[in-house]
This record gives sequence, structure tokens and C-alpha cells, in this order.
Amino acid sequence: MKRFTQFIIDFLRAGFTGGAMFWAWMLFLSFFIVLWGYGEYVQLRDGMIVTNLTDQVSWGLFLASFVFMVGVAAAAVTVVFPAYVYHHHELHKVVVLGEMLAIAAVVMCLLFVTAHMGRPDRLWHIFPVIGIFNWPNAMLTWDVIVLSGYLVLNLLGGFYFLYKKYSDRPLNKPFYLTVVFVAIVWALSIHTVTAFLINTMPARPMWFHSVMPIKFITTAFAAGPALIIIVFMLVRKFTPMKIADEALHMLSQIVTWCLGIALFLTLSEVVTELYPSTEHSFGLQYLMFGHNGLSGLVPFFWTAMALMLGSFLLLLIPRVRRNLAILPFLCIAVFVGIWIEKGMGLMLPGVIPTPIGEFTEYVPSSIELMIVTGVWAIGFFVLTVLIKGAVGVLLGEVRYQEKAAS
Amino acid sequence: MSKDDSKIDETGSVSRRDFLRKAGTYTAASLSGAAMLLSDPKPAQATQNVTWAEHFQKNYRLMTEEEKQEAIDRLEKRYSEEFGKTVTVDGSPAIDGVLFGYALNIQKCIGCRRCAKACVQENNQSRGPEQEIEWIRVLRLEKGEFDVNDRDNAGYPEGFGVQVGGNAYKPAGVVLEGQHYYTPEQVPEKDAFYMPMQCMQCEKPPCVKVCPVRTTYRDPDGIVVIDYNWCIGCRMCIGACPYWARRFNWGEPNLPNEQMNPVTHYLGNRPRMKGVAEKCTFCIQRTRKGRWTACVEVCPVGARKLGNLLDPESDIRKVLQTKKVFRLRTDLNTYPKFFYFMD
Repeated sequence: MKRFTQFIIDFLRAGFTGGAMFWAWMLFLSFFIVLWGYGEYVQLRDGMIVTNLTDQVSWGLFLASFVFMVGVAAAAVTVVFPAYVYHHHELHKVVVLGEMLAIAAVVMCLLFVTAHMGRPDRLWHIFPVIGIFNWPNAMLTWDVIVLSGYLVLNLLGGFYFLYKKYSDRPLNKPFYLTVVFVAIVWALSIHTVTAFLINTMPARPMWFHSVMPIKFITTAFAAGPALIIIVFMLVRKFTPMKIADEALHMLSQIVTWCLGIALFLTLSEVVTELYPSTEHSFGLQYLMFGHNGLSGLVPFFWTAMALMLGSFLLLLIPRVRRNLAILPFLCIAVFVGIWIEKGMGLMLPGVIPTPIGEFTEYVPSSIELMIVTGVWAIGFFVLTVLIKGAVGVLLGEVRYQEKAAS
Repeated sequence: MSKDDSKIDETGSVSRRDFLRKAGTYTAASLSGAAMLLSDPKPAQATQNVTWAEHFQKNYRLMTEEEKQEAIDRLEKRYSEEFGKTVTVDGSPAIDGVLFGYALNIQKCIGCRRCAKACVQENNQSRGPEQEIEWIRVLRLEKGEFDVNDRDNAGYPEGFGVQVGGNAYKPAGVVLEGQHYYTPEQVPEKDAFYMPMQCMQCEKPPCVKVCPVRTTYRDPDGIVVIDYNWCIGCRMCIGACPYWARRFNWGEPNLPNEQMNPVTHYLGNRPRMKGVAEKCTFCIQRTRKGRWTACVEVCPVGARKLGNLLDPESDIRKVLQTKKVFRLRTDLNTYPKFFYFMD
């Protein structure tokens, strides 16, 4: 137990040690975190009237960010799966970094959901035993289970591995591998359930189709590894940690194929909806072409499409895909494209028009933007600390030393 | 909530502890009926007054009779202080052998929207430009219209299609068969007919199914109710409702003292707080006492009928047996108990 406490202390110390660049980065993030605190305070004080949400558009930026971020969390599996199922040697070395990313992403998810709630002070109402957990009826309760389970699995898998490495002791293989394989399946479940959360409502025809879960997973497995590639390249640049090019090539292949499937699913959805062009397709039409001059989402949709299609075509060319000078830019394009398409581009046309046909446009308020950028800052803050700590342990810089020895 | 109120709120929150200390005095004052003398209780106190007990109470459905009574007493005391008049909170349960149903004669409806206004007065909805909540929306449908596309492409109606945003009800463009922003010189208009919509009190309510904390549920008399004190404000119900019947208190509701209806029901028209969902309850505070709903009472043409679906002699059953009846979105299998009919 004493050793574990020492581990946590040493881990955090490593996480918070760095040069001027590091502190500038953390200070930069802290600025947005302070704004987040202010935004949350105002929203708690005055209620959600400080957002631009309405009865017509009652789900907006918070839930859109949530949906996207669940995908990023799930995408840790794109590192874990090749490592343990295909014994990809290079990815195996950095599995724990993928898990750290998942932890940071789930933390962000939880913060987005809290911001989305009208009464965060009553959060305990949803806890089993002390509250009422409408399970298995309510899809949201399934989401609570899979998300918190995923957080626990990644904390367990990631930190068990790091702790053993820190103590220089062998892993309990059966235990560790069980956690790893459960986490792989679980990662799929978090995004599937998040899709079920919104595609099980016939009142919202834009979402009411069975392609949603698989589309969620493919877009997640494109945007997620795109982010992981960038994080890995930054880790390579700023820490002594070696990450082989082979690992990045593997991930960029995953990005390419998942992006291709995602684009195909988008095409299927568009054709299915627009060919008959029933009233149920009004949401999608609004997204793609606008409606009666209400066209807030149109440029975003086509930008997302251009980014996704353009980067897909480029990624198909092996010379481009394997060029590590170009790859990060393609990854940013993929990430941004999917962030638009699956965030606001999915959330808003689902609620516009309303079930009785009313179009109301929605632009997030400054408080909403403050809270969302703040949560991103918190995510990066947590990720930075976790990755620095993990890298320290992996490199053997952070390890347990007997009191006498030190 | 106006700008002024939020200022009060800020300063008010500082003196919260002070307030809790004084709560005892206020209690005595209200019991002796002297609450009337408390001059103009500030709206900000609405949040301050909530006692700790109220924060930690159970979901209403699961409370024992004693706990229900305690919760009701607490609320009566708090509301009476806040609104400066004696407020009653009723907890009447559903009556055995009653299943409420509603029928609306679209042939008679003249689109005057007295129902929508009466509903707001009766049910203590938030009002004013910042946050206006109406449970009844009357759709205006054009006669002789056979091509939705024309309207769809032309922009409809005049002046709409302009985005205004905000949390209040403001027009931004409506399609489909009818629209609920209309301001004619007089009703009924020659070229239109009307179809009011409100909560359909579905027998299989999608909103109940998706609620993660079961704060909204179907009572045995068929009314879908909400325990406002248990709602976490996730708005799943608003997403799931195919009739757009649910409303959300984005900010602290604005309910002037003199306009507040003091005869309330725990699951119905008692004053709400910010961050919770609400909707039509067939005026549960009235109907469980054998009275008509406010909308039935106020309708000048008698287009609205309420009754017990289990009683073969009731108005509603006669309507269902003798008129041409339809319901909305039956394809979704929600089994609404809100029927439309024509003579």
C-alpha cells in the first residue's frame, strides 16, 4: 500500500515536471480551465438560459461534444487491439499511452454530460441504490454503465501495468489480459450504446436508422487514431520515448479504412433519405442544403465532407500515407471533419425541424463555448500529465526505490 | 429571468446562510397567516428557500404516505412564503376505475387560443419575454392547400424564416402541415382551420421509457406526470416525444405573485424550478377533484371534451362511438389518449 501511494506521488511528480515549454502549455490550458469554471458557475447560478438552447433545439453543443468524445475514448482500442490480437510489436510498447488517452477522453465525456444536465446538483438521483436507475428501460442508464465501466477498465489496465513496471515486478498475465480483452469489447460497447441513445427515438427521424451504431464506430476509429497519431508524434518529439514509425503506419491504415467505410455509410444514408425525400429527410436536407434561408449548417457540412473525402483519397496513396511530414496534417483534417460531421452536424439536424415541423437555428452562446473549450483544456491537461507520467514509467525513469537506497 | 433578478440572485446567494437561520421565523410567520405581510418576497428567494430536506427527498412515487405528507407540507410552507398567499399542494392519487381521455373537435375549433392562455394561468407556467412556456400549441392549417412543396420552397409564412434565437418562443420558420405562429385580426379565418396539440397522455409514452431516473411516469388514471423535484434535466424526454409536448425551464421560471394560482397539485401545476421538464397533466389538480380542465372550461365553442374512458356513459366514450375519430402519429404505437374528431 505504501508502495502504491509512492507510485501515485512519483507518477504525478513526473507528470508535473517539465521545462518552460511544458509550463507555458499548462498555463495556456489553465487559462481556458478558469474560463470553464466561470462558465459553469454562471450556468449553475442562472440555469441553462445562459445557453442558446431552446425547447425547439434542446440538445446542442454539449451533447454533440459528448457524442464525439465517446468515440475518441473508444478509439484507444485501435492501439490495444492490434497490439494484443495481432501481436503488433511496436504498438504493444505504447498500449498504455492509448489507455491514458481513453481515460482523459472519458473524463471529458463526463464533464460534457454534467454541463448538459439542467440539474447537475441532482446527479445522485441516477445512482443505483441511493437514487433510481431506470435500467434496463432507459438507454441513458446503459450509457452510464458502459462509460463508467470503460473508465474503470482503462484505469485498471493502464495503471496496473504501469505500477508493475514501476515496481519492477512481473505482470499477473491472466488477470492483465482479461482486463485488456474485456476492455476491447467494452470499447465497442460505449460507442454502440451512445448511438442507441439517440437512434432509438422515432420522434427524431434523422437519427432513426440502424446505420448509426456502425457509423459511430467507423468514424470513431478514424478520428480517434488520427488524434493518437498526432499525440504519438508529439510524444516522440518532446520526450525521449521511442515510438517506431511502424506503429504510426499501422494506425494510419486503420484511419484510412475506417474513414472509407464511414464515407460509404454517409453515402448510403444520403441516398436512402434523399431519393424518396420524405418529410423524414427534412433534417438531412436542412444540414446539406439549408431551408428557406436557414442555412447555418450548410458550410460546415460541406467543409466536413471535403475534409473527409479529400484526406481519404490522399491517405489511399501509400507514398502520402507513409510520409510522416504530411500525415499529421491529414490526421488533423480527418479529426476536424469528423468532429463537425458527428458533432453538431449530427446533433442539430436531429432536432431541426421539431416533430411538428418548426425550424429554429442554433448558435452556441459564449457560455457554451467557454464551457466546451474549457473541457477540452481539461482533457489536454489530464492527458499531458498522464502521458508524461506514463512515459516516465515506461522509460524506467520513474521506478520504485527502497527508502534505504534513496 | 430579467437582468434585475439575476443581480438579486448574486447578492442573495451570499446571504444564504443568513437565510437558513431565519427560516424558522418565516415558518411561524406563514403559519399565522402573516406571510401576506412580508412585502414583495424576492424571486431570488425561490431558490434560497428550498430546504435541505427538499434536496434529499425521495422520488414521489416511492414515498410512504407520511413522507408524501411531509413533502407537501414543506412545499405549502415554502410556496406560501414565496408568493405571499396561502398556497395548497394537493397530493390526491389516481381514482380507481378512471382512465382519462380527451377529445377535440377540429371542426369546431376556431383557433382563438383561449385554451393556451387559460392553461398558462391555471398551471403556473413561466411567462414574460425571457421565458414563455405554453403547453398547448394551436396549429393553423390552410384550407385548400394541396402542395406542401410550394410553401416549402416559397418561404412560409411572410416574415418568417428569419432566425431570432434565444430561449423564448419566437418564430423561425415552420413547415409540415400546420404552423403555430399566427396573428390574425380575428378568428376563425376564412382560409384556415385549426388543430391544437398538447401532451397526448400516451398509454405507451416514449418519454417515460427514456427517463433515466423515472421521474416521469404514468399514473394509474392514465396521466403522465413528472416529479419536478426528482428531474435531473437531461431532456431525453423532450427528444423522445413525437408531439413536441414537453417544455423545459431553461431559467428560473417567471411567475408573478399576483398571477400565481395557489390551488396546486404536487404532480401538476405547483411552481417549478429551473432546469426541469414540464408538460400538460390534464389539469391533474382539477380533474382528480372531478372538475374540468381549464382548457375544456374556457373553450368558447365547446370543442374540447374530457372524460373517463372506462365509463360507457361518459362524453368521451360517446364521441369515440359516434364520431369520426383519429389520433396523431399512431404509426409510433404510442396509443395517445388524446383524440381528434369531426361531427
